[in-house]
Amino acid sequence: MNVAVVKTGTERRLSDVFVLARGRLPGDGRVAEVRQAAIATYERLGLPHRRIEEWKYTDLRALMREVLPLAPMPDTAALACAREALASAAMAGALKLVLVDGVVVAELSDLGASEQGVSVRTLREILENTGNAARADLLLSEASDAMISLNAAMATDGVVIGVADGAQLETPIQIVHIAVASQASAFTRSHVRIGNGARVTLVESFVAAGAARGYQAHDAVVVSIGDKAEFEHVRLMADAPDAVNITSDIITIGAGSKLNLFNMTRGGAVSRFQGFIKMAGEGSELSANGVNLLKGTQHGDTTLVVDHAVPHCTSREIFRAVLDDRAHSVFQGRIIVRPDAQKTDGKMMTRALLLSDEAEADNKPELEIFADDVTCGHGATSGALDETLLFYLRARGLSEKEAQALLIQAFLGEAIEQIGNDELRDYASSLAQHWLEARA
Amino acid sequence: MMSLLEVKNLQVRVEEREILHGLTLTVNTGEIHAIMGPNGSGKSTLSHVIAGKPGYEVTGGEILFKGEDLLEMAPDERAAKGVFLAFQYPVEIPGVATMTFLRTALNAQRKARGESEYSTPDFLKKVREVAKSLNIPQDMLKRGVNVGFSGGEKKRNEVLQMALFEPSLCILDEMDSGLDIDALRIAADGVNALRSPDRAMVVITHYQRLLNYIVPDVVHVMSRGRVVKSGGKDLALELEESGYAQFDDAA
Repeated sequence: MNVAVVKTGTERRLSDVFVLARGRLPGDGRVAEVRQAAIATYERLGLPHRRIEEWKYTDLRALMREVLPLAPMPDTAALACAREALASAAMAGALKLVLVDGVVVAELSDLGASEQGVSVRTLREILENTGNAARADLLLSEASDAMISLNAAMATDGVVIGVADGAQLETPIQIVHIAVASQASAFTRSHVRIGNGARVTLVESFVAAGAARGYQAHDAVVVSIGDKAEFEHVRLMADAPDAVNITSDIITIGAGSKLNLFNMTRGGAVSRFQGFIKMAGEGSELSANGVNLLKGTQHGDTTLVVDHAVPHCTSREIFRAVLDDRAHSVFQGRIIVRPDAQKTDGKMMTRALLLSDEAEADNKPELEIFADDVTCGHGATSGALDETLLFYLRARGLSEKEAQALLIQAFLGEAIEQIGNDELRDYASSLAQHWLEARA
Repeated sequence: MMSLLEVKNLQVRVEEREILHGLTLTVNTGEIHAIMGPNGSGKSTLSHVIAGKPGYEVTGGEILFKGEDLLEMAPDERAAKGVFLAFQYPVEIPGVATMTFLRTALNAQRKARGESEYSTPDFLKKVREVAKSLNIPQDMLKRGVNVGFSGGEKKRNEVLQMALFEPSLCILDEMDSGLDIDALRIAADGVNALRSPDRAMVVITHYQRLLNYIVPDVVHVMSRGRVVKSGGKDLALELEESGYAQFDDAA
């Protein structure tokens, strides 16, 4: 199709994957056109590699190599596996929305049990509803790159959540992605629309069922937050140790609203969580935080682009990585302050703790400031555990492992404590504790 | 009777430099020893080597604690056996609540000795009692270990730990540094409350002032990595007048 561009085997393979998948992708007419345009964009850009600045440290051509074919529709056996995985991943009391191998499974989900003011539909049903003129818009997003285009082309399903103006959700909504099929891809795309004055907590969990290995999870979440609303989004990624997870969050925040975002990456051989957050209404506040807990040869990338488009907004980012063995963590944080965005207050701090000489942390904070009356700052550190602190604890009777664990918990605590929901904060903390214990 | 602590002909290097050149010191249970001396005489090195701080190379001599070879033990084993070093500069540990730290440390020591862990109510009761006697407010215990504490508060926190862990040997490294007279009095009162026939203390200090509050049984003068003179509590007063210069040649 495009003779001017030299393609790798990988890219040729992708065209085939798309052609093969076509029959499984919901939506015709305009939806199919958008998908076709998206795959064309992807084909033009190709799988991101190290010469693309935004992907410099996460070269998918080297790390991921190819896009795997779509996972088959989950059958009865797959659902039985998924049910088992769900039992340990599901949060008590949350409204569960479960996707197995990229497909919403109604029988595992609380689709009907919504709280007042919440509507949940599947992406598939909306894309297939030819009466909905705007349906193709669900595959478009303000921010885009090769992987977001690929997601738009290939998305099989997802959840589309609407929260009415003023709705105050008492319990969190939890989207659980369960991978059952090995050596296959799942492409999911979800939307969350939060009305003015509404308050919502969304948890997104990624887990592997039983023997699922070597799979790829490709996810996108598009969120629009109205005015004077509060949204907490906690993402807990615990995919199989040889899996790939590429997720993009694209979020727009209205005036006077608060977004509290938290990501924990524990799983996956190769992962990237990228957030594109636009402060689109004055007086909004963003708190974006995360931790990477990586060991073995895991590669985890968290990339956040915070776009201050309007004045009087505040953004805070706290990111922590704990790396053992030959693990590799990447944090890229860019704060953009547009010419009109006076009185912007933006700060980010990223710290990596290296428990082994062979671990690697790349921290790349960037400020792009076009306004002249702003307060912006960033900091980045990488290092080992402080020997003087370790000795103090050991002199008080703690073993080396106990002393390390206590200091690592404290190091992570600075990020985990930013989670607003008490149960979620405790849960995230216990996941970190579990990771530390498994290390010892 | 066996001595609690026997330091015999101890030689210690840091990197290529020898700091202690054959130091000998014997401390019996129930005694309070003061070690005085100028900067660089090796006082803090001695305290660090007894506690097991990494970075010191023992090239000769031995340290016996309750008859056992202390140098063979990891720092946490020494703590569990009853060695306590009150740090000259207690570290700040952000993110570790003081209460969590105290409980983890106490239970780790008890576990190492084969004792049962404290129940939460018993532990809280004990901490509150000790904290009250040391004038340590409850909110300090909720904060990160030593985070935002004043110099006096940090030293009181060390004394609090001493009271809680009930060690048989307390080494107080320059406890008076950075303290005003009121803070010093509170910390010293805390230490005096822990004087016991079952416990020994080694008080390391530059100045005689601290020894007005914690009155020693024995005073040692250190110079250039050795104990050059030992005597009763009056030796400290003598030093205050004559200074350390007289020992320079002796060393």
